[in-house]
Amino acid sequence: MKINRRRFLLSSAVVGGGVLIGYSALKPSNHRRANAELATGGEHYVTSFIKIEPNNAITVYVPHSEMGQGVHTSLPMMAADELDAAWEDIIVEQAPAIDLFANGDLVKGFAGEFGLPGFLTGIVNASAVSIAELMNLQTTGGSSSVRFTGETAMRTAGAAARQMLIECAANRWSVARDDCSTELGHVQHNASGRSLSYGELAADAALLEPPENVTLKDPSQFTIMGKAISRVDIPAKVDGTANYGIDAHSEDMLYAAIRLAPVFGTKLVSVDAGDVLSRRGVKRIIELEDSVAVVADSYWRAKEALKGVKSQFESSDADTTSSADLFAGFERSLAEDKNSKVLEIGDAEDAMDSASDVIEGNYTVPYLAHAAMEPMNCTVHLHDGIVEVWTSTQDALGIKGRVAKIAGVAEDDAIFHHCYLGGGFGRRLPFNWNVIDHATLIAKEFDVPVKTVMSREDDMQQDYYRPAVASNFKAAFDANGVVQAWHNRFTGPIQTPGASHIPYAIPNKSIRVVDGDTHVPIAAWRSVDHSQQTFFTESFVDEIAHRSGKNPYQFRMEMLADHPRHRKVLEVAAEAAGYGENLPEGHALGIAVQESFGSIVAEVAEVSLDTNNRPVIHKVTCAIDCGWAVNPDTVEAQVESGIIYGLTAALYGEITIENGRVAQNNFPDYEMVRMADAPEIDVHIVESGEKLGGLGEPSTPPIAAAVSNGLYILTGQRVRELPLKNHDFSRSTPIAQV
Amino acid sequence: MATFKVNGVEQNLDIEPEMPLLWALRDELGMTGTKFGCGIASCGACTVHVNGNAVRSCVTPVSAVEGAQITTIEGLASVAAGANPSAPDLSAVQQAWIDHQVPQCGYCQSGMIMAVSSLLASNPNPSDADIDSSITNVCRCGSYPRVRKAIRSLAIA
Repeated sequence: MKINRRRFLLSSAVVGGGVLIGYSALKPSNHRRANAELATGGEHYVTSFIKIEPNNAITVYVPHSEMGQGVHTSLPMMAADELDAAWEDIIVEQAPAIDLFANGDLVKGFAGEFGLPGFLTGIVNASAVSIAELMNLQTTGGSSSVRFTGETAMRTAGAAARQMLIECAANRWSVARDDCSTELGHVQHNASGRSLSYGELAADAALLEPPENVTLKDPSQFTIMGKAISRVDIPAKVDGTANYGIDAHSEDMLYAAIRLAPVFGTKLVSVDAGDVLSRRGVKRIIELEDSVAVVADSYWRAKEALKGVKSQFESSDADTTSSADLFAGFERSLAEDKNSKVLEIGDAEDAMDSASDVIEGNYTVPYLAHAAMEPMNCTVHLHDGIVEVWTSTQDALGIKGRVAKIAGVAEDDAIFHHCYLGGGFGRRLPFNWNVIDHATLIAKEFDVPVKTVMSREDDMQQDYYRPAVASNFKAAFDANGVVQAWHNRFTGPIQTPGASHIPYAIPNKSIRVVDGDTHVPIAAWRSVDHSQQTFFTESFVDEIAHRSGKNPYQFRMEMLADHPRHRKVLEVAAEAAGYGENLPEGHALGIAVQESFGSIVAEVAEVSLDTNNRPVIHKVTCAIDCGWAVNPDTVEAQVESGIIYGLTAALYGEITIENGRVAQNNFPDYEMVRMADAPEIDVHIVESGEKLGGLGEPSTPPIAAAVSNGLYILTGQRVRELPLKNHDFSRSTPIAQV
Repeated sequence: MATFKVNGVEQNLDIEPEMPLLWALRDELGMTGTKFGCGIASCGACTVHVNGNAVRSCVTPVSAVEGAQITTIEGLASVAAGANPSAPDLSAVQQAWIDHQVPQCGYCQSGMIMAVSSLLASNPNPSDADIDSSITNVCRCGSYPRVRKAIRSLAIA
């Protein structure tokens, strides 16, 4: 194996002396296992996640993937703070892909929040694994790392380690534990002024059982959490040394370019390789059930050669299907109430019948691709009865198991090499297996590493998409013009329970989902169902506000009397945005608010039209209540990121189906927000002190509605279909603002 | 035989003249700091300097850079430092990227930094319009507001 291991710093095994402490190993069985399986030489593992070496170097193992959300910094901050370590002494390591470092706290966290999320229930339904087995994941998704793994595992591990180190020092000095304190990686005996470093105590601590109960710090005691700490992964990302899955490299490596069945779910029938095998560097043509691949000694040669390979795929009922057909199917499903499932029930239909006034709106959104900057790829090397894998993934353990199964080796004989992710956004979650499976099947034919890379075109046309959704909304008003009923029918499936819920004090709500299944594969896409539902609900609430003759901000404030956290973020965002004050000529403000993944976000978008009547988003003012902020700079960065991601979808995002396949193939026809379109973003963190909320996703949902609501004020046109690029705003009549 | 210098080191590669520079760097030389994003010069992830000018290497055949001086992200600081032994390990742009915590996933940032370095070399105090028209790289993490702040900090300095 010629792969230069020093290039894969993230794939560290557990090596080095000292003590390892972690929440997941508080159970004696894990504690014994760690010693039996991982300890070498004089090492003592108390548990997992935190290792203290004699020289006072403290390593924190992070069981989540780093995809730019900053968990390689924020999670160690939480452990280090509870431990009372000096941040400068902290070494951050990616936890190995072994079940000792599984992050089942995520599952427990979600189960407590609203039952299992779709991306996990999908696994349950498909493979009949038990909930207990779901604990054995290293999934990074659902904006969960800090609020679940951080709060339950990292802080507890740090606090437990601190207590154990105090106990060792107190024993050594024969003093009471209560007379000792900790600071900057040392235990001190206050009366005598004696001090021992954690490193000097580590060997003793290794002999202790971790405490069953630990006391976490009060926020007033934080020394690291709450500070804007520089991210540990950034230096490698400015000098070209950060290794992503696609960067796996060795001298003897081969490369595969692949063509998957263009119509989802169809199989390969025949291949005519022409003269391709005689071309320079080409090694093999590999036919798989649903695809054909060319393997060569460089990716470019493989990709060029693939152009010369003719392939035929079986015909399918979907061969003539277009987006128009799919949306017509959605309309039928809505009209027939097909397989409908009640989510919330009230006397909304009665209220509709007796209403003085009913308004109605049909909202739709298209499919969306994830379009992570790093195209999907996976490197697999089968040799000597083992399989090694390098890939950018949101679930290292899940990928390891999947590759081992397809390679036909025991999971214990699989080695996963961690890599940074060039974007995740849900595309790299378990269950979205397409490049992983293919890379493994291709690599089975060779005894050298084979890197399978999807071109941008493959990546865009062979994604698992944000679903296209159609909906029907109605609202009923009484004789006094007060809204009495809310009706939402939309096409499923549901991936995020609760996303269609609204917090507003409307007496009767009827929310129901109908069948929306198509042949197009779908998956979680940043903020999952909130991405479409918030566009729908916050736009329709705006419609209700205008119909009620109320200012959209004031209307929301009145209807959220029982939701002080929602009111607070609305108030902060509105005030910071200058809501109600004079704006530049031709500008308008739109507002929206949504709770998702435990955080509440209000956004105000300042919009205008350019000389070609295209929307311009000048500024987005955002207030987020995420409980409190572990790393405020990361909070701001994630909020900025989520807004831009959602804005790309609002302005441009549209995957269409023609002849059963995706019509778009690269950035020119799946356009992105770039510098010229990117608004100024002003982020305000509202520290309510409530439970930690998620950050990777919650700022994405409100932006489409905030922009559309602003455009309504500016143009009098209510946008009920995204993306905005398809709208003609040339005949605009600004509405009179209340 | 393709001959060019990469970060000051001469390379002689027995490759097809039409092979894009991107793949010569990544697969032939194992220099993976330069990234593959779209393959059609749309996203800018593959941006390198050819004789000091930013080019998108995914559509630049090696025949077009015969005899040229190529600078990649790996050599940006050392090429700028030249023979000065006390020069910092990072270029001013790279340091600004750390100071403003610009990267998130970071995948596009090699190309972004190369594009911005080239812009600032020819236009040390770019207006917003200059930035918008010359920095057209795609960043899916939406680092644009921080990219703009980092550029402004360099322009003021």
